[in-house]
Amino acid sequence: MGEQQPPKLTRRDFIASSSIAVGAAAIVISGSALVSTKESWGLEVKHLSPEAMSTLIQMSRDIYPHDRLADRYYAIACKNFDKPDLKETIEEGIKILNKLSQTQFGTDYVNIGWEAERTSLLEKIQTTPMFQALRGSLVTGIYNQKEVWPLFGYQGASFEHGGYIDRGFDDIDWL
Amino acid sequence: MVKFSKDDSSVVVVIGSGAGGGVVGTDLALKGIKTVILEAGKRHETHDFINDEWDSFSQLAWTDQRMTSGSWRVAKDFPQLPAWIVKSVGGSTTHWAGASLRFQEHEFKTKSTYGNVQGANLLDWPITLKDLEPYYAKAEDRMGVTRTNGIKGLPGNNNFKVFEKGAKAIGYKDVHTGTMAINSEERDGRPGCQQVGFCFQGCKFGAKWSTLYAEIPKGEETGKLEVRPESYVLKIEHDKTGKVTGVVYADKDGKVQRQKARVVCLAGNSIESPRILLNSHSSMFPDGLGNSYGHVGRNYMRHMTGSVYGIFDKPVRMWRGTVMAGIIKDEAMHNSSRGFVGGYEMETLSLGLPFMAAFLNPGAWGRSFTTALDAYENMAGMWLVGEDMPQETNRVSLHSTAKDAHGLPVANVHFDDHPNDIAMRNHAYKQGSAIYDAVGAVRTFPTPPYPSTHNLGTNRMSEKPRDGVVNKWGRSHEIPNLFVSDGSVFTTGGCENPTLTIVALATRQAEYIADQMNKGNI
Repeated sequence: MGEQQPPKLTRRDFIASSSIAVGAAAIVISGSALVSTKESWGLEVKHLSPEAMSTLIQMSRDIYPHDRLADRYYAIACKNFDKPDLKETIEEGIKILNKLSQTQFGTDYVNIGWEAERTSLLEKIQTTPMFQALRGSLVTGIYNQKEVWPLFGYQGASFEHGGYIDRGFDDIDWL
Repeated sequence: MVKFSKDDSSVVVVIGSGAGGGVVGTDLALKGIKTVILEAGKRHETHDFINDEWDSFSQLAWTDQRMTSGSWRVAKDFPQLPAWIVKSVGGSTTHWAGASLRFQEHEFKTKSTYGNVQGANLLDWPITLKDLEPYYAKAEDRMGVTRTNGIKGLPGNNNFKVFEKGAKAIGYKDVHTGTMAINSEERDGRPGCQQVGFCFQGCKFGAKWSTLYAEIPKGEETGKLEVRPESYVLKIEHDKTGKVTGVVYADKDGKVQRQKARVVCLAGNSIESPRILLNSHSSMFPDGLGNSYGHVGRNYMRHMTGSVYGIFDKPVRMWRGTVMAGIIKDEAMHNSSRGFVGGYEMETLSLGLPFMAAFLNPGAWGRSFTTALDAYENMAGMWLVGEDMPQETNRVSLHSTAKDAHGLPVANVHFDDHPNDIAMRNHAYKQGSAIYDAVGAVRTFPTPPYPSTHNLGTNRMSEKPRDGVVNKWGRSHEIPNLFVSDGSVFTTGGCENPTLTIVALATRQAEYIADQMNKGNI
C-alpha cells in the first residue's frame, strides 16, 4: 500500500527540481504549496500531498464544471479536505483514480486533456465513499461561497438594502 | 413575564409553539386559562433571522437525528432529513411561505367522493367544511390573509409574472398572487411586505404571520401564558385512571424536569407528536398513549410535491420578492379523468443559489447539472402541491437502534409513493413545463420532492375510535384530557397548504377546551 508507483516517483522528483504545470487546471506545485500563476494565488497544504490537492481541485471542476469560475473557488472548496483524518481516504481514492487513468489513458488524471475523458473515469468511481464525500462537500463548498454568488447573478441578503420593493422585484421587461 | 410552578397541576401544557401549539396556547391564555408552552427550540426573534439559506437552516431547522425508509427519493437523497421543519419558538410558522387556503368541501369526505382507491386508507373527516367555515373566517382575519376581509393582494414579482403569463397562455383562468398570510400593507402592528425574498428564513420585517410575533406575545401580555424555550419533551405521564398528569422534558442544560398539567395539548408536528406518544408507553398503555387501535404514527402524509424550474434566454431573477405569492388553482379540483383522484395547486417558488444547488437534482453532477445553475439568473420556479393518499404503511415509528441524546429512540419516517401520487406528480410536471414552454423556456426541469414541509396525518381524526387517534375536537379517543393540536390530526391531506386549516382547527379546539374546563368536564 505504501509503495509508490514508479511513474509517480519520477514525476515527484521532476516537480521537486523544476516545478511544472499539472494538467488542465494549470496549477503549479512548489514544495508543499499549490500556486496559480495565472490567478495569482497560492495554497499551502498541511496534510495532503500537493499532488493529491491538485487532483482534488481538478476533480472538483470536473464534478461541478463552471467555465465562469476561476480555479481559486474550487481550491477554496477543496481546503476542507486538507485534514489528517481524511488524508488516507483521499490519497487512496486518488491512487485508484490514477491507476484507472494510467490503464486507460497512460497518464495521471490531472494530465488528461479532455474533460469528457476525465469524467468517464469519475463515472467509474462515482459510488465510492471518497467521490461521494467530495461531491457532497462541494455542494456547499462551491455554491455557498459568497464570492461566487455575483458570478451567477445571485444577490444574497436583501434585508439590509430594504428588500426589493424599490429595487426591481417586478422589473422584468421582456415578457 | 409570568412563570408557573412545575407543581401547578392546574395549568394546560402545550407541547410545541407553531401553527397548532402557538395558537392553542395563545387562545387559552386569552380566555384566562393558565398555559405553559414547552418548545424544544430556542427563542429567535425577527432581528435574529438571517438572510442566508444555510446559516438560517442551522439556526432554525430541526436537525436532530431522524431516520428514513421506503422508496421515496428523500430517503436516498436526505436519509437523515425526512422533513424541513423548524425547532424554534414559532415552529414552522417562522419558515412557512404564507399560503393560506381553505380545504374544498369534498376534501373532508374523500372516502365518499373518491370511492375505493386500492392501497389507500381513505376516511371521511368527522367534520365538514361547514363546521370549519366560521373558524376559517376567524383564522383569515387574525392572520391577515390577502384577498379576504378586504385585504388587497400582494403585488406580483418577476417570478409571478412569468408564471402568470405562461398559465394564461395555456388556458388557466384562476391565477393570482395568492391568499397569503403576508401583509400587503400595514396591519395588526406589523408592516407590509418589503419584497425581501427569504420568506423561508424567517421574515425579518414580521410582515408574514407567525405565532412567534403575531400570537404568542398577545398571550404573554395576559399574564396567563408562559413560553419555555429549550424544553425538549421526553414523555407524557398519566395516573392510574388513565388521565394525563404532566409532561417530562429536558431543559436547556439537559436536566430532566416535570411539569404537572390539568390538560396536555400535543403539537410537536406529525413526526414528533406520534414519537412522543409512542415513547410515553407504560404498563397501562404498552403501545404508547392513545394507541390502543394501533393508529399512532400511521397514515403519514407529506403531500404530493415536486417543482418545475424553467430557464429562459433573458433574466428573471426569481429570488427577488415574496417567495410564494403566486397560485394557479385550475388543477385543484377532483376530476378523475386526469388519471388520478384529488387535485393539486401550482405555486410560485424560488430558492437562492445555495439551495438550488442542493435541491435541483440531489446527487447529480457534470455539465447537464451545472449548465442549469449557470442559467440561475434566467430561471423561474414553481412548486406543485397536491393531495397524497394516506397509506397505513406510511408511518412514523420508533427506530430500532438510533437513540437521541436522552436515550430515547428517534423517529423513523417510512414513505412509499402511492400510484395515485405518482400519476398526479407526472401530470403536474407536464403542466408545469407547458406553462414555461408557453413563454419561451429553453429548458425545463422537473425537480424531485424536497424534504417534507407538510407533515400530516399521523394522529388522524376519526368519528369512531377504531379508525383513528383523536375525535373531531382533536381529543384522544381514550385519554379525555389529552389533545392533539397540530397537522397530525388531518384525516386526509387535501391539496392545500395546511397551515390555515391547522390554525382553524386549533382555534376551534381552544374554544372547546375552555368550554369543557368551565363545565368541569376536564
